[in-house]
Amino acid sequence: MSETATLSGLNAWVREFAALVDEHKEELTRLDSAIGDGDHGINMERGMAAVLAALDGAETPSSAALLKNVGMTLVSAVGGASGPLYGTFFLRLASACGEVTEVDADTFAKAVRAGLDGIVARGKAESGDKTMYDALAPAADALDEALAGGSSLRAALEAAADAAEAGRDATSPMPARKGRASYLGERSVGHQDPGATSAALLFRAAASVLG
Amino acid sequence: MKKLINEPADVVSEALLGIEAAHPELKIDHASKVIYRGDAPVSGKVALISGGGSGHEPLHGGFVGPGMLDAACAGEMFTSPVPEQMLTATKAVDGGAGVVHIVKNYTGDVMNFEMAAELAAAEAGIDVVSVVTDDDVAVQDSLYTAGRRGVGVTVILEKIVGAAAEQGRPLAEVADIAKLVNANGRSMGMALTSCTVPAAGKPTFELAEDEMEIGIGIHGEPGRRRVPLAPAKEIAEMLVEPILSDLPFTSGDPVIAFVNGMGGTPLIELYLMYNEVARILGGHGVGIARSLVGPYITSLEMAGCSVTLVKATDDLLALWDAPVNTPALRWGV
Repeated sequence: MSETATLSGLNAWVREFAALVDEHKEELTRLDSAIGDGDHGINMERGMAAVLAALDGAETPSSAALLKNVGMTLVSAVGGASGPLYGTFFLRLASACGEVTEVDADTFAKAVRAGLDGIVARGKAESGDKTMYDALAPAADALDEALAGGSSLRAALEAAADAAEAGRDATSPMPARKGRASYLGERSVGHQDPGATSAALLFRAAASVLG
Repeated sequence: MKKLINEPADVVSEALLGIEAAHPELKIDHASKVIYRGDAPVSGKVALISGGGSGHEPLHGGFVGPGMLDAACAGEMFTSPVPEQMLTATKAVDGGAGVVHIVKNYTGDVMNFEMAAELAAAEAGIDVVSVVTDDDVAVQDSLYTAGRRGVGVTVILEKIVGAAAEQGRPLAEVADIAKLVNANGRSMGMALTSCTVPAAGKPTFELAEDEMEIGIGIHGEPGRRRVPLAPAKEIAEMLVEPILSDLPFTSGDPVIAFVNGMGGTPLIELYLMYNEVARILGGHGVGIARSLVGPYITSLEMAGCSVTLVKATDDLLALWDAPVNTPALRWGV
């Protein structure tokens, strides 16, 4: 088992995320219909299909080049709030991973943290707002904690994916305070957040192919 | 789903081909999905750009032309356009006097326009002022929401501010007028039915025969409350009273009153509603100086309406009356 995220590993991560989004697109759209405008699955599926097409046609000699390509494609293909947010996550991840072909576990965890900070800067979400942040922040914390405790990258990503899914589940009882769901106020209670749901897929994808 | 479409994925691009065929006076960039007035860029004039998700037609593409917008960026259905579109449009319409971005207050629209304005400043040194519309009184403006949605005021604002730019007023003044119109305007909407996004294939929400949704936006999202269907005069009260209690009108203030159709409601019902709205305003001593009735900011085939009131000044009324020549609003030309 590798202790680093290789270029081919990162590539596989993005492809696995695309596959999970495709598999779950109807669920994402159904969740978004309940408290948003019913297009999260459609938009993410379109964005990740564009990412796969972009990766197939591009030379990506480094982690930064690969992840920047993913981020720019998402910004220009998704629209809505998800495009800038997921795009910013991958662009920050790209800068933090750097022009290398192999990213060690600590650098990867720092990059995830940088990506999360980017999402906060763009979306101004906080814990408990019922957004993707509620899945991503616990995942980043769990990743740091597991690595500090001596876990392998793969095991730490498993812990992060579990934390993201727990964070996703915890969005159900929250009233939304950001995005279109916030217009519903208390009526958003009892519905799982679609953004937190797709964000949990991102970490599940990482746990199954990275490290 | 019964719609006049070919493939759900092609609705936006094929509608743009239709706009091009019907309106040779406009220029369409199909790759970037941007509609331009034919003579853009107009040298020395402040340029106005708006955009948003598709499905609200005629907003925004139907308002491109002399006296209104210089460009409109069309997003996917109910999905904000992406930064590259607004960046392309900003560079194309800049006539050296600066560019105003008119942005409806939705999380995605604000973020994508913000990224575009940052890129325009960094890449081309273009002076961009963004004005966000947030007139929907159905949403509480608090730390616990994304803020009020931009709805009907956007139409009134694009007309008035378009006239100010056409007169050659400078960037700062044009932007101030835009902010004034937004600050003076309030809206409230309701739905009798939901709407169906073509790619989703089924209605975004379900409403029973005897129910209506009060406080809806323009994206098929549910509103604040679901109540039993009522006669038009009671619905008018439910829409107008929250507006009047939110924006105190002094007796005698002239207002622009706009009764908007959500896409699936016939004009005869909108005029019936206008009558009810005018009656309520009369009871409050609010004088209607100008009116607009029709489907101008829609939510696909949703049935329902919204009411928008804008407190006007003599300058704003003169700008409202100034010539406009666009596919959806045309007078004085």
